[in-house]
Amino acid sequence: MTTEFRKHIQHALTQREVQANTKNVVNRLRNHRRAALSDQADWQRLRRQSTAIRTHAVDKLPQLLELLEDKLTQNGIRVHWAETTEQANQIVLTIMQQHNASFVIKGKSMVSEEMGLNHYLKAHGIECLESDLGELIIQLANEQPSHIIVPALHKNRKQIARLFHTYFPATPYTEDINALAQSARHFLRHKFATAPVGLTGVNFMVAETGTLCLVENEGNGRMCSSVPPVHIAVSGIEKVVEHLSDVPPLLRMLTRSATGQSITTYFNMISSPRKPDEKDGPLEVHLVLLDNGRSRIYNDLELRDTLNCIRCGACMNHCPIYKHIGGHAYQTVIPGPIGTILEPQKSGLNLYGELTQVSTLCGACREVCPVSIPIPKIINRLRWEYIRQSACNIPGAGSGKKKTEAIVWKIWAWSCVHPVVYNRIGRTITNMRSLIGRILKKISAWTAVRSTPKLTKTTLHERLKALKIEDK
Amino acid sequence: MKINNARNNILNRLKTSLKSESEPVAHDVPDSLDWGVDDRLLHFNKQLQAANAEVHDATKDNWLITLKHICSTKRLKNLLFSPATPWGAQILERSYEFPTFKHFDYPIDEWKPALFDGIDAAFTSTHGGIAETGTIILWPDTHEPRLISLVPPVHIALVEKTEIYSTFADALKTQNWIKTGLPTNILLISGPSKSADIEQTLTYGVHGPKELVIILV
Ligand code: SF4
Repeated sequence: MTTEFRKHIQHALTQREVQANTKNVVNRLRNHRRAALSDQADWQRLRRQSTAIRTHAVDKLPQLLELLEDKLTQNGIRVHWAETTEQANQIVLTIMQQHNASFVIKGKSMVSEEMGLNHYLKAHGIECLESDLGELIIQLANEQPSHIIVPALHKNRKQIARLFHTYFPATPYTEDINALAQSARHFLRHKFATAPVGLTGVNFMVAETGTLCLVENEGNGRMCSSVPPVHIAVSGIEKVVEHLSDVPPLLRMLTRSATGQSITTYFNMISSPRKPDEKDGPLEVHLVLLDNGRSRIYNDLELRDTLNCIRCGACMNHCPIYKHIGGHAYQTVIPGPIGTILEPQKSGLNLYGELTQVSTLCGACREVCPVSIPIPKIINRLRWEYIRQSACNIPGAGSGKKKTEAIVWKIWAWSCVHPVVYNRIGRTITNMRSLIGRILKKISAWTAVRSTPKLTKTTLHERLKALKIEDK
Repeated sequence: MKINNARNNILNRLKTSLKSESEPVAHDVPDSLDWGVDDRLLHFNKQLQAANAEVHDATKDNWLITLKHICSTKRLKNLLFSPATPWGAQILERSYEFPTFKHFDYPIDEWKPALFDGIDAAFTSTHGGIAETGTIILWPDTHEPRLISLVPPVHIALVEKTEIYSTFADALKTQNWIKTGLPTNILLISGPSKSADIEQTLTYGVHGPKELVIILV
């Protein structure tokens, strides 16, 4: 049976323009990364260091979160905790209402996507406006990000030109990228100046100093966090690191892995709201810490590695599947290999169990991950949890179990330890090889686009026997 | 009430989770690079220029001439700066040679519209630079608030050559940020504002300054 999920993938495979745009951009990102991390010995050292920093921070997560809360509070930043996205949305809404604010200008934040914040606030009469160029494009197109670093990578300049012309009719139609970016600048400047609240994500939170770090190129993150009188930052609880000295190595790996830049244009470190003698900056800074399943993931030492992620996007840029189906086919907030392991754990295998099959287990993601997350190993683990009833605490574990499949595997396992039966089955299949070939050609998604493998006349065991090779 | 529960629930779940003792962080990556003053200057220059910033070499004695030259080639009608910094005081002394002097000495709410509309360029001092990445470090304060390096279309920054460190890690260690205590906001700036969100093609001046001009003294 073709599931909804598979239908999306089949649909994605027919979207030639999206495929071409996606390939074009991920190829560029890969080349930039390769150029920036060309020294293998250097890369291995840097990766060891970043992995150690993240692993250490995640292992000390509860202590570091308490320390972070203490420091932030001392610095005057208000900390809010949310177990669910619903709670996080409510917190943001309450802050907005306290300020009678009906408009929020947003910097790029995948956590706000996870919360479905724009949608939630809209339902409460509050307008959200994205200010990152890529995010603005997809907001105008009423779509979801298809990549965590380059949200609109599935769109080319022609599509964006048409979109901008529809929404900003005063500006003439243009496919010139500079002109398109300038119309966004023009449109958003007034919005930055008048927004009562700005909202951003966070890249790193430093526990020992109580500092929020934001990485960006455009300056919109700086605008959102410094112009409006109120700044709300939203972050997953795992983004904390212990020391300020942990930041330079992680920043270096993040930008090189993501876009091949040695650093982004802006690295913004916020440690407090405006102080009495200062003239600008927000009067209030809030941090919303979101759990949404992360503390559950934390309880499993193998799955815990998932929380090391610094959201660089390198795994998606190197994934053969992502490149072909694009980000939207995943139907998740975060696509690509990291989405494949994160989303089923957060939202449940009953919802996203099939996602675990969207991998060839080629290992490219593991190779390029700057914090060495063993993505293929975790995918395998999740595949297993998907089909077995276990004590593990991932929601929806065992929901993918199919009776017939289970029986087939049982028979196979049993026949493997009963050589007479096994050899009989082998011979029977070999005898029926032409019929099996025809059936395979008709029914398999694999053979529909590839030549059908030809079964030989003799089984492997028969050949070994003929060659007088010992066959135990 | 509910939210307090959220905090405790999250922390409790984390605290009662299985424990894992990870290795301490390996320190086999040097914080600093083995670069002399000239190497640092060279890299600093090269990186900034690659990021589309302008770099002008000057001295403590003649930098005002460089600034004047920048103002006239860019046809700046006005210049925002703080006369309260040592560098700003020097500009003020010779203000008759420069474009109209702008300065905001009160909270942002009163000067927001003026800042967003009508300032051609802003001048700021810096807290040093980083050679490896071609970065200037800003510690905005009451005299040089953070928005003046963000909103005007041209940002002119003065960097002292002796304050250029090889890496970010080196800068925060040598300047002893932990001991000094972090200010409200620290900014690392490595070029004019840019984006590659459309077809991974670079475009400058998306939201922040379109031009970053560095004067080295
Ligand atoms: S899993 Fe690794 S490669 Fe993928 S986004 Fe996270 S840090 Fe980057």
